Amino acid sequence: MSLLLIVLFLPLAGFFVLQFLPKESKAAWPTALVFSVAAFLVSLGLIAPAAESPTQQSSIVDTLWVASANIHFHLAVDGINIWLVLLTTLLLPIGIWVSDTLVKDRKKTFYALLLLFEFGLIGVFTAFDLFVFYVFWEVALVPMYLMVGGWGGARRGYAAVKFFVYTMSGSVLMLAGIIYVATKAGTFDYTQILAALTSGTVTLTSTEQILLFLGFFAAFAIKVPVFPLHTWLPLTYSEAPAPATFLLAAVMSKMGAYGLLRYCLPLFPTAAHESASWISVLAIIGIIYGALLAIVQVNIKKLIGYASISHLGFVVLGIFSMQQQGADGALFQMVAHGVSTGALFILAGYMEKRRDSTAIDDFGGIATAAPGLATAFMIALLASVGLPTLCNFVGEYLILQGAALAKFSWAVWAAIGVILSAVYMLWLYQRAFLGKAAPETALVPDLTRKEWAPVIPLIVMMVWLGCYTNPFLRPITAATQHLLEQSKMNLELKVQNVGPGFQPADALPGGVLSVKTVADHTEAAHGR
Amino acid sequence: MNLWLIPLFPLIGFLLNGLFGRRLSKPVVNLIAVGSVALSFAYVVWVLSALYPIAAPHSESYFSWIQSGSLRIGFDLTVDRLTAVMLIVVTGVGLLIHIYSVGYMAHEGGYYRFFSYLNLFMFFMLVLVLASNFLLLFVGWEGVGLCSYLLIGFYFLENFANDAGKKAFIVNRIGDFGFMLGMLLLVVTFHSLDFGQLSSAMANMGVETSAGPLTLIALLLFVGAIGKSAQFPLYVWLPDAMAGPTPVSALIHAATMVTAGVYMVARAGFLYSHTPVAMHVVALIGLFTAAFAATIGLAQTDIKKVFAYSTVSQLGYMFLGLGVGAYSTGIYHLMTHAFFKALLFLGAGSVIHGIAGEQDLRHMGGLRKAMPITFITLLAASLAISGIPPFAGYFSKDAILLATYQYSPWMFWIGVITAGMTAFYVFRAFFLAFVGSYRGHHHPHESPLVMTVPLIVLAVLSTIGGFFDVTKWLAPMYRHPEGENVSLVILSIAAGVIGILLAAYMYWLKPAVAASMKEGALYRLIYNKYYVDEIYNALIVKPIEIFSRFVLWKGVDDVVIDGAVDAGSRRIRGVGTVLRHMQSGTIRNYATWVMTGSLLVLILLGLVGGGR
Repeated sequence: MSLLLIVLFLPLAGFFVLQFLPKESKAAWPTALVFSVAAFLVSLGLIAPAAESPTQQSSIVDTLWVASANIHFHLAVDGINIWLVLLTTLLLPIGIWVSDTLVKDRKKTFYALLLLFEFGLIGVFTAFDLFVFYVFWEVALVPMYLMVGGWGGARRGYAAVKFFVYTMSGSVLMLAGIIYVATKAGTFDYTQILAALTSGTVTLTSTEQILLFLGFFAAFAIKVPVFPLHTWLPLTYSEAPAPATFLLAAVMSKMGAYGLLRYCLPLFPTAAHESASWISVLAIIGIIYGALLAIVQVNIKKLIGYASISHLGFVVLGIFSMQQQGADGALFQMVAHGVSTGALFILAGYMEKRRDSTAIDDFGGIATAAPGLATAFMIALLASVGLPTLCNFVGEYLILQGAALAKFSWAVWAAIGVILSAVYMLWLYQRAFLGKAAPETALVPDLTRKEWAPVIPLIVMMVWLGCYTNPFLRPITAATQHLLEQSKMNLELKVQNVGPGFQPADALPGGVLSVKTVADHTEAAHGR
Repeated sequence: MNLWLIPLFPLIGFLLNGLFGRRLSKPVVNLIAVGSVALSFAYVVWVLSALYPIAAPHSESYFSWIQSGSLRIGFDLTVDRLTAVMLIVVTGVGLLIHIYSVGYMAHEGGYYRFFSYLNLFMFFMLVLVLASNFLLLFVGWEGVGLCSYLLIGFYFLENFANDAGKKAFIVNRIGDFGFMLGMLLLVVTFHSLDFGQLSSAMANMGVETSAGPLTLIALLLFVGAIGKSAQFPLYVWLPDAMAGPTPVSALIHAATMVTAGVYMVARAGFLYSHTPVAMHVVALIGLFTAAFAATIGLAQTDIKKVFAYSTVSQLGYMFLGLGVGAYSTGIYHLMTHAFFKALLFLGAGSVIHGIAGEQDLRHMGGLRKAMPITFITLLAASLAISGIPPFAGYFSKDAILLATYQYSPWMFWIGVITAGMTAFYVFRAFFLAFVGSYRGHHHPHESPLVMTVPLIVLAVLSTIGGFFDVTKWLAPMYRHPEGENVSLVILSIAAGVIGILLAAYMYWLKPAVAASMKEGALYRLIYNKYYVDEIYNALIVKPIEIFSRFVLWKGVDDVVIDGAVDAGSRRIRGVGTVLRHMQSGTIRNYATWVMTGSLLVLILLGLVGGGR
């Protein structure tokens, strides 16, 4: 039995076991933890085979599921998804751990939903069959919808519906696309479809490609979210209960970005290439727009939410730079963002619990009373603003490098986001933590041991990912190289030509180097 | 040689004090903080003597930090003659300031926090000077910026300190934006960030007579230096940074961190030498900043602000030296400046310490009798910065001015006038503090030995440090500036002497003269620092905030985009109504079970399908 299958079904088993426990059972928390921690421990076993051959599928599960429609229950890990699976299995126990402090009532049901959510996420990240992918995509959506609607803040109803409707409208378009592709290829199995496309037994016209690409893109772009499809996010993030916000930002947002990389690039290479420039522009708008809006927020969770839009814009930019460094950076940034933003949301949750509010004005000067909380927040903040030696820097640098190789002006605009991140984060920190405490904030208790426990592994990961990237980047870079080759758009060749002594012939009027763009090269490739 | 040990000692100090400092006694915190830097210093001395004469760069490669495709960024360290100067300055002056801090911070809260930040700073600064590639240098570069932020805002109950810290971080970020773009373009053009590889790649390229790609790269990197080394127009953070404890101003905002930009340009000399256009810009910015900041320094009343503007001005001199092609003179001045400016700040700290935290020159005076050691040592530092022979500053400033004269005589003249202004404002502060009669309300007293001993050591270095000729030491790496010109030397000394005499006349012999000038419009303009902060605030900060709040957030996000979405979703209200019903508790549970059931069916279907 494949380890992957155990990792996938442990959370589901936990979900069922919880259903048999009495309503206010004290055993619910330990039970949920046992299942999620077990899933994490087993998932560690997935690393070695994936790292050994990151371009190949490993820990494969593949059974014919519905013969009539040629649907395969096909799951596997490779260099693209291994760290996302690990991110999920690491963060879910943390989410369950903090829920005991941060969720007030009906805890058992909440844990069960979290486990179901984990089941869906692992499925999404490991599916190699489009139908299975879609099923898991929806499986992950439902528990999140229920958590927002059932445990959220004052406007939870509106937030949950908005989240659900937004996401569903994208998913429906993707489902149509999936069915179309599968009908044409005669199978839902992703590997077989790709093989058919590569060998030319199945071809998609460029119109078909564009339409299908847009269908998939709609679903993924909403999930990320890509500007201007982001307006569900601030409301959902601020209304959702803290552990749900944590998982929404840290893991669920990666579903969209992962989909873009895994499916959009290889399946519809021409469309992806033709759309690369406008999608990159949207990504850059998102980077700056999210950052500017974060500056003026008055609510901590909304602020981190808009910051997330900005950070995820980097991920999309990296993917659509179609460069090795960009794709590597995007995948790395997905993990790094999960860790750093995840930590920020957990800490925001702790703050919310202390003052029963997330308005920045309800804090101020709490560093004196809660130095531990202030220190932990500072570390997560520094990771988030891209301080070298912490995780986000590596991802952001590689993404900017990829963007610069594709088109230098993209990197220029995107790098503005790096400046702005310092503005909104430091201002938030100053208003919430520094200065003299007011009477009602002077007695805020510091973090307890139980509250520290989930934060420490996240801090360790921030430093590890920031300082010693080798174990993480090695499988990633091999896999993305393979993937970019698959999508016939690998431009490494271009870069290798630019050796010592190379002198770009001309400079553009703005003084910007005329770096050969993606378009130039791919046109040449198409001409062949 | 295990070069990695050099930064490791302070890193361990940071971790020990940062994690456990709260539970440790003060002597143990001191021992860890000072001991780690002392070990680092001792190890540097050992490494340099073992490598002496460092004919060729000594590099060590440990592991790949980032490897993406064929782009490799290594955790590699290098020691060459330039690094050697920096290592000695950073660990030597750093050690003295750590010792001094033991006395200065003795009565402050957050003692362990202060020392852990200071150790962390040493770690990053040493990474910066040891790095073998631009990205690793950038690690140190950002890291020292972080420590600067943390230490400026050390008194975090005070909002002016927090504002100053934030301002420093953000203004530096603007510089780093340029630095980052410069690195990106280097990789686009050369596919490497390694100093050695870049240098050999550029070795057989021609000099760009007009602006080209190398010029663009050089200028972008220089934007980073403008931010970090507080040059016009990004110098505005440094005067505010004086909100931090005085040893921080001495170590970070005078002797070491702010010189990182100078070091970086010298380190990238292989690049700048290919682009005379960029060099010219460096020289112009340096010269303008030197003169501009000196004029502001003329009218400041806070003793630390005077020295802060003088730091900005002196850094301008260093860039002038680099820009005119005499890299080694810039580094020469970097070293002597580290001695006398650290001493100026530590002396100022000793004064402030002795009169209960007072920083305003108008409330000082006559401190010579109460603080004889501070008086004498500060005199040495003031003479050094004024370029009076044989004090250290004379040699390095003169080397820069001579090289400037060969490059362009008019620049030399501005440099000389600035030297006169420098001597004037430094001695203005000196006379206001030490001569006349005491105008404050405290009981001035001399600082303890732990503070005065570092002052004495630095005073000795400020007096004789110039005799170590950095330009000769660096001659194998950079062209040695040629030529002697006695008349020019006399001119620059004369400018210093005139400045001192004028200050003595106005602030010692005839104080009424100075008082009568305070009514002038020019005085007010300078006193208010040309209103640059106010202009930036009105032109950049406020518009961004207003645009974000009212146009983007309340306008685009809430009305345009969300309005469109809501209008769309109203059409499919049916869906929403159905979903809204799922809100009630019982229906939610029901939905959970429906979900579970359908999953079970799917799984069973799968099992059956798989069995076929």
